[in-house]
Amino acid sequence: MDFSFSKEHELFRRMVREFAQNEVAPIAAEVDAEEKVPFEVLKKAAKVGLMGVPFPQKYGGAGAGEIGYCILMEELNKVCASTATIIGAHTGIGAMAIYLDGTEEQKQKYLVPLAKGEKIAAFALTEANAGSDAAAIQTRAVRDGDYFILNGSKIWITNGDIADIISVFAVTDPSLGARGGVTAFIVEKDFPGFRVGTKETKMGIRGSSTAEIVFEDCRVPAENVLGQFGAGFLTALKTLDVGRISLGAGCLGGAQIALEMAMDFAKNRYQFGEPVAQKQAIQWMIADMATEIEALRSLVYRTAWMLDSGNMGREFSTMAAMCKLYGSEVLDRCVDKCVQIHGGMGYMKDYPVERMYRDARITRIFEGTNEVQRLVIATNLFRKIGLRIKG
Amino acid sequence: MRIIVAIKQVPDTNEVRLDPRTGTLIREGVPSIINPEDKNAIEAALSLREQLGGEVVVISMGPPQADDALREALAMGVDRAILLTDRAFAGADTWATATTLGLAAKKLAPYDLILCGRQAIDGDTAQVGPQMAEYLNVPQITYVREFSLVDGQVRAKRTMEDGFEVLQAPLPALLTITKEANKPRYPTAPGIFRAYREQQVERWGVADLGADPEGLGLKGSPTQVKRSFSPPPKEPGEIIKAPPAEAAKQLLGRMKQKNLI
Repeated sequence: MDFSFSKEHELFRRMVREFAQNEVAPIAAEVDAEEKVPFEVLKKAAKVGLMGVPFPQKYGGAGAGEIGYCILMEELNKVCASTATIIGAHTGIGAMAIYLDGTEEQKQKYLVPLAKGEKIAAFALTEANAGSDAAAIQTRAVRDGDYFILNGSKIWITNGDIADIISVFAVTDPSLGARGGVTAFIVEKDFPGFRVGTKETKMGIRGSSTAEIVFEDCRVPAENVLGQFGAGFLTALKTLDVGRISLGAGCLGGAQIALEMAMDFAKNRYQFGEPVAQKQAIQWMIADMATEIEALRSLVYRTAWMLDSGNMGREFSTMAAMCKLYGSEVLDRCVDKCVQIHGGMGYMKDYPVERMYRDARITRIFEGTNEVQRLVIATNLFRKIGLRIKG
Repeated sequence: MRIIVAIKQVPDTNEVRLDPRTGTLIREGVPSIINPEDKNAIEAALSLREQLGGEVVVISMGPPQADDALREALAMGVDRAILLTDRAFAGADTWATATTLGLAAKKLAPYDLILCGRQAIDGDTAQVGPQMAEYLNVPQITYVREFSLVDGQVRAKRTMEDGFEVLQAPLPALLTITKEANKPRYPTAPGIFRAYREQQVERWGVADLGADPEGLGLKGSPTQVKRSFSPPPKEPGEIIKAPPAEAAKQLLGRMKQKNLI
């Protein structure tokens, strides 16, 4: 057993931490307050190779694997959850779907510019009537010669209005249902019939954009079918599985910084003539936070290691769901305690703690609600002893 | 255009603790980094290469773990990295270090420029660059915050306490670079993974330099560390509590007493 990071991953973490501190942290409050996508930061991130971290260098990536990508998400989330969400949706699911199931030609044409950060990606599955019940999507794709004609709309798409290339899931055969009847497509924003709909305003991660995208007789070339025809739902699930690890890593970063800020505050805040850290009530909160964070760290990096070792089986899927589930709940408990330790100051917009609290809430909801994660975990576990959970 | 950059791996802190018994640095638990102003030297070399083409070669004398500093330089984009490592180099003072680096520079001749950081954050001597120039008998310009090549010569702005000088020297020359010179680029993410997985750090020992080991390391060091100590903490200040006019009088009296005015 070896729990150490490689030297290259250690240097990578130091580089990302410096980048996050110098380039991202200074704009975090502003992009939140003004609901502004930090394009300048994305440009700088592209320049130093942070827009395609997990992908091999032959596809324009950093070749850092899932472990490297988790390091990126952990460090970015310490300073700006909005920036991390944009890069996460771009890399971890948008481009990831093309990496996992794209043909060599598709990877050269689409993944390379995405990994280099020349283009931005999004992942479009959710619809008004298909959230947790992702199999209920209604966006239709009908073959027309060398094209497919897409009709329908997707909601709450991170990067929806800034993406150049979108992995889209549509029904190609309603009679077959999700397994067999759904196909994935690579859609460019300039394809005729594609447009951006309503832009959402949100509680947290306000510097990331969330938008509706609409397909009105949108013509997509047949060569842009992503993965096997009819196997789009599997592409979606596989991509989301992978995305859940880095989501857990992001939560780890947010929880870690909440702990550090809470400790710093508890050391310097005097009440009753001594630092509040002298109070057992505070100590217990700190101890609980630190313990959960360490457990989460082990879970996340072990799961990332499994993926980097080529394991994408059911056990991996279970672990990935645990990363998302446990990560978001640890983050939730940690930022809550961080606010509590800060007292009134944790509630004021003058301190980043208030923003962290709002930013954290979405992690229990997006990329599969925590209820869905529990369902995935339980289904996989019971399957091992021969019981099929109906779902 | 060949530019040599000499760098040092240092502990990542300005508050290095000393072992009171041995007087040496306690390095345990302190991550090692490229000395900050050496990064400014690397940046200067890389941007000059971007303008004029050529090659940037980074050299460092140190123990085998200084390999990491050279990998980071590769990840920043230098063309070649050489680690000067040998038991015979151990215990070197600034002169023996400058000699070793100078021998490596000779082996890399012809070169046009040698860049060093102004000084290292652990030793703070600012001597190795100048001594290397003396050893190689090339012109040196220290404390450089800006430079350019003009008519085949280097013209540099040298920081002084009360302003700056502009100096010009023929090539090859050695410059020591200050932190005001530029903002060092980040190593790139792909660069980091290439540096460790695909690129090589060359290793040169005494034999490669064709040197006499007597002139290097501890044996070749004219200075020896007799004792190291941390200065005692500064005593707390004193607040004169009195009405302003009275306080001013007392303060003046105290300053005269201490011959400050």
